[in-house]
Amino acid sequence: MTGNTHDWLNEHGDYLYRFALARLRDPHLAEDVVQETMLAAIKSNSFEGESSARTWLTGILKHKIIDLQRKQIREQPVSDLINLDAEDSSMDDFFDQSGHWLDKPQTLNMPENSLEQKQFLSVLDACMNKLPKKLKAIFMLRDVHDEDNEFICKELDISTTNAWVMLYRARMGLRKCLELNWIGA
Amino acid sequence: MLTCKQASQLISQSLDHPLSWSQRMQLKLHLLMCSACNRFKQQLHLLRAALKRIRDQIENDSSIQLPSDVKARIERELESNQL
Repeated sequence: MTGNTHDWLNEHGDYLYRFALARLRDPHLAEDVVQETMLAAIKSNSFEGESSARTWLTGILKHKIIDLQRKQIREQPVSDLINLDAEDSSMDDFFDQSGHWLDKPQTLNMPENSLEQKQFLSVLDACMNKLPKKLKAIFMLRDVHDEDNEFICKELDISTTNAWVMLYRARMGLRKCLELNWIGA
Repeated sequence: MLTCKQASQLISQSLDHPLSWSQRMQLKLHLLMCSACNRFKQQLHLLRAALKRIRDQIENDSSIQLPSDVKARIERELESNQL
């Protein structure tokens, strides 16, 4: 192995892993993208040493993460999943015919200490896994990876309407699940 | 007048891009009178803020490391890919 990649793995492997884990939430997926990143790095000729190695590697990692999310979103045609009619029937679970809340939202409390954060995270992960894969993927891209809308629509080749409908449905499902399962409610 | 259903859609959209002036006004008016939708808005903001905070914490937690067997596996992969 060249001096470079061995050093890179030792110096930056843990950081890259944390970066991926913070966004993917799944240790195995995080390990996989770190591996793919290192492989792409040794095959690439584009690192000239101008920016820091960590910045460069993180850039590659970000792309690998997005590729993963894109794959999940493209597994099914968007039209299978969302009904773009003005009256989205899946939201009937939450609203009555006149558009009022069936169950009024409650106040949620922010997790305070690190124990509460751990608990919150595991409740949230469970709730996210209840979502259809596609909705989960776009929610993660937007609210966990913090990519902006324009970027998401361009990368996933979806319209802004598709994006907001999917994000809306994801958020409606998640907040309801949190309300039911998170003690801070 | 907005229904709660419509308000909830605008609240979600406002997290991603600016609403039009008229949408903002209608939503503001609705929120003046509807505590349920205010709590919904709070829930969405909390969700986003909590996720961000957790993400930053994981990223900066030096006790989280690539497991050593995984590191070894990656090294083997890299070696077998050397020309």
